[in-house]
Amino acid sequence: MRTRRPRVRLSKVLAPYLLSLPAGLWLLVLFLVPLVTMLSLSLQSCNFGTGACVMTWHWAEFTQQLSLYHGQFLNSFYYAGAATLIDLVISFPIAYWIAFYGGRKKNFFLLMLLVPFFVSFVIRTVVWSFILSDNGVVLGTLKHAHLLPQNFHVLATGYAVIAGLAYNYLPFTALPLYVAIERIDRRMLDAAYDLYATRREAFTRVILPLTVPGLFAAFLLTFIPALGDYVNQQLLGGTNNTMIGTVIQNSFQNLDYAGGSTLSAMLLAIALIGIFAYARLLGSRTIEEYL
Amino acid sequence: MSAISTPVREQTGLGARQPRRRRWTRLLLPGYSWLVIAYLVFPIAVMVAYSFNRVTTGLPQVSFAWNGATLKWYQEWSGIPQLTSSFWLSVRLAVATTALATVLGTLLALALVRYRPPRFRGKTAIEQVLFLNIAAPEIVLGASLLGLFVTISLARGFLTLLLAHVAFSIAYVTITVRARMAGFDRSLEEAAHDLYANGWATFRKITLPLIMPGVLAGAMMAFAISIDDFVTSNFVSGSAVPFPVWVYGVTRIGIPPQVFVFGTAIFAVGILCAAASIVVSRRQT
Repeated sequence: MRTRRPRVRLSKVLAPYLLSLPAGLWLLVLFLVPLVTMLSLSLQSCNFGTGACVMTWHWAEFTQQLSLYHGQFLNSFYYAGAATLIDLVISFPIAYWIAFYGGRKKNFFLLMLLVPFFVSFVIRTVVWSFILSDNGVVLGTLKHAHLLPQNFHVLATGYAVIAGLAYNYLPFTALPLYVAIERIDRRMLDAAYDLYATRREAFTRVILPLTVPGLFAAFLLTFIPALGDYVNQQLLGGTNNTMIGTVIQNSFQNLDYAGGSTLSAMLLAIALIGIFAYARLLGSRTIEEYL
Repeated sequence: MSAISTPVREQTGLGARQPRRRRWTRLLLPGYSWLVIAYLVFPIAVMVAYSFNRVTTGLPQVSFAWNGATLKWYQEWSGIPQLTSSFWLSVRLAVATTALATVLGTLLALALVRYRPPRFRGKTAIEQVLFLNIAAPEIVLGASLLGLFVTISLARGFLTLLLAHVAFSIAYVTITVRARMAGFDRSLEEAAHDLYANGWATFRKITLPLIMPGVLAGAMMAFAISIDDFVTSNFVSGSAVPFPVWVYGVTRIGIPPQVFVFGTAIFAVGILCAAASIVVSRRQT
């Protein structure tokens, strides 16, 4: 008996590490190492013709890229921010309704919120370019009815980009909000009503404060992906409303690995600032609950 | 308290106006919600409609205008070889990704649910990496992976796609499986152990059946993310072109109607799977 004990205990001691080893290695080599490579590439100088890069500790790349593309960064902030705000406004009432009045059909309504995800992201965006096209289903009909001037257009403007982002990322906003509202203890509301709160007071002083972490999580989970998006801009926008994602994509296509990596690193830094701010204010564990 | 006060409020505090106002607001919220749902479904309806749209020009391209319905594109669904092959490539990729990511992610989830820091050092670090993986903009992941593959001069193709897809699916699988394991009763495993089941038998007969719904949900998630991925795939695809990358590439020159046939088919299969999983979960509870 005594001789067997150490073996059993060793495998038990190692169990958590053995279980997490395969996934951990995969993430180390194909997630963390690439991020380090990206940071290193951003300090290298690359030959645009061959794509060969040499480390030159070229810190000035950051300021150069920023001075070249700050306009695209601003565009990204503006479009992603506008789309996120629209999504928050659109999805709060429906998330509230499903959480409080969904009843037995909750699953059905949640599925309806997720329904865009059943169509390929690129196809969804292509379809929006059809819908918003000058003589498409919406504008064509409105123009035909003389409700819009004939030269009115949405496609190739920033509004089309915002519309596309808002549609594509709506589920990312609605689901965290639903989770947050669903989790509210109904007895809190009963207590508020017992203390003679009106429906409006119960909403503004009980429901709204309790959903603040969820609102912030929904904001981050929508804003960060929208910030780096370039598909909507490429398919719905024009040449004068380029977002930073387009620039990154083009840099890599033109073999400017240093420039592309620099911009990606800055984008990641922006995302991290948001995440750390969330963790500081509301605790690091809580955002996971909304995923 | 509430049992007493609610009827009192209904008798005194709220006058005759209240019921009418309530009825009106009661319609407002559902009406609004159905409008949002209509907004979410509308583009999908447009996609399905365009898959039936007749093409009047000679070119195999979808036109914005509606030219009447035809079943031609369903009959000729495989009429564009590159499209069909890119679709099957995506399916193969998603199946391989799902298999790998589900196994790796489930094992990691087991470790995270069962062990805490004194026995499992680095747990918090792993959790943070998982979160960072999900929260980071996808373009950063794609760009950084391309940087890595270029640095180690690994030729881009199916292998790099698979490596990348598993890398971004693991976190989703782990979080899904872990969430479903929250109410897991460890005493069942201890009971099996007391009945002389060894570790493997316990896992196969007790643990796995219990966590199976979570594992299936994680697998579905991995499959859905993989088959729909565009941003990362576009960076690391190279010679092997998955379906979304092919569709994106063809938007500049004109979209063949078959794209919408494939889109409609993927949508139908996805909705059926989701509906089936809802029905199954309802029957279980």
